[in-house]
Amino acid sequence: MAPFAGWEMPVAYGGILGEHAAVRSGAGIFDISHMGQLEVRGVEAASWLERQLTNRVGRLRAGESQYTLLLNGEGGVVDDLIVYRVAEERFFLVVNAAMAEEDVRRLTELREGAVELRFFGPGRGGVAVQGPRVGELASRVFPPGTALPARNGVSAIGEGWCCGTGYTGEDGFELFGPGEEVTVWWDRFAEAGVTPCGLGARDSLRLEMGYPLNGADLSPDRTPLEAGLGAFVDLEKGPFPGREKLLAQQRNGLSCRLTGIAMEAGGPPPRAGYVLFAGDAPAGTLTSGGLSPSLGHGIGMSYLPMELASPGKSLELEVRGRKFAARTVRKPFYRKEKHS
Amino acid sequence: MSECPENLSYRDSHEWIEREKDVAAVGITDHAQGELGDLVYIELPAVGRLVEAGEAVAVVESVKAASDIYAPVSGEVAEVNEELESDPGLVNREPYKRGWLFRLRVREAAESAELLDAAAYRASIGE
Repeated sequence: MAPFAGWEMPVAYGGILGEHAAVRSGAGIFDISHMGQLEVRGVEAASWLERQLTNRVGRLRAGESQYTLLLNGEGGVVDDLIVYRVAEERFFLVVNAAMAEEDVRRLTELREGAVELRFFGPGRGGVAVQGPRVGELASRVFPPGTALPARNGVSAIGEGWCCGTGYTGEDGFELFGPGEEVTVWWDRFAEAGVTPCGLGARDSLRLEMGYPLNGADLSPDRTPLEAGLGAFVDLEKGPFPGREKLLAQQRNGLSCRLTGIAMEAGGPPPRAGYVLFAGDAPAGTLTSGGLSPSLGHGIGMSYLPMELASPGKSLELEVRGRKFAARTVRKPFYRKEKHS
Repeated sequence: MSECPENLSYRDSHEWIEREKDVAAVGITDHAQGELGDLVYIELPAVGRLVEAGEAVAVVESVKAASDIYAPVSGEVAEVNEELESDPGLVNREPYKRGWLFRLRVREAAESAELLDAAAYRASIGE
């Protein structure tokens, strides 16, 4: 067990490599009860969220979701989150465990008009079931007639929500609801043969997809444009915290961007904190890194100056005083088609 | 419960050592490999390197983290387990046999007194 944002979480149930492979080729289940869950309701909920978050909430129809960000006034990332429009005037938000309190504090401070904000505390839970076999298993696990959401969609299940989202790059669902309901989903999927997976596989799977982790790849002094998340930022829609800084950055050009790094097979795994060199000069520090179980070589991400932030640049990574060949690559690191 | 063979000596940092005259094999315990999880990379010392007892001499890396391995006694690195380069998971599967890390030509016999026997090591890990 490892401490994680005030929760005790298993790093692995059986072994990270086996759990990782299960999600890529079969199905795995993750306890994601640590994720913060919020609800925003009211006639002005959509327009209010539009003014707090980077993505265009108004584009969502009921039953759809989007990835979005909450920024500070400097354009830095406070948190990244998913907004589910569960009904016309009702939104379900899933935020990072470590940031839940801060998100609630900020959003409460910014609350105005006919908007009701609710934070689901402990007692609420979540599980993610992910993998190519989840679809066929779901038809056995869920009660007959259950309406399952499309990819990135959301539908009601019990007292909670069944979401067509995930953090692995595979098909699957994230189920959020009262703890006792979520426990039942866990047990039923486990009985159906889905592999229980811990934090370790969750991290290796998301890293292979190049998905950023807040607190590592995202931080209050990096903007979403620098993080390569411009697709989730709408600078045209009107004001939101940090927008002026992003507009200036867009005008003046970026100085750095979060870039994928790949190592040769057989070398030491890259780790967050290791330094990349271009010739003799340090070029950046890995924000995430690890051995990719699917690819068999090390992968990582680092903010790099723009002249190095495109695929195909040769660099070196320093590991315990020795330098190893590294190169910049396009994300995602892992692509399904090539390996199925 | 993890396995701790009675014929080995242990360091509280989870290495085991097996003396064979003046050469000693060193590895990590079953308990340690279980805690670390699947190992994916192992960095071994250069043969001929002189090491002091308690010095970090090797690194074992799981998917999650890198951990230092300490020399249980002082000596000269006589041999390293080259099989681990292509199959680091040997340490998980056979921590006391084919998963040994390196052999030391032991310099001072007296230091062995500071090592733990199997019962003391088991107690140190709460088993």
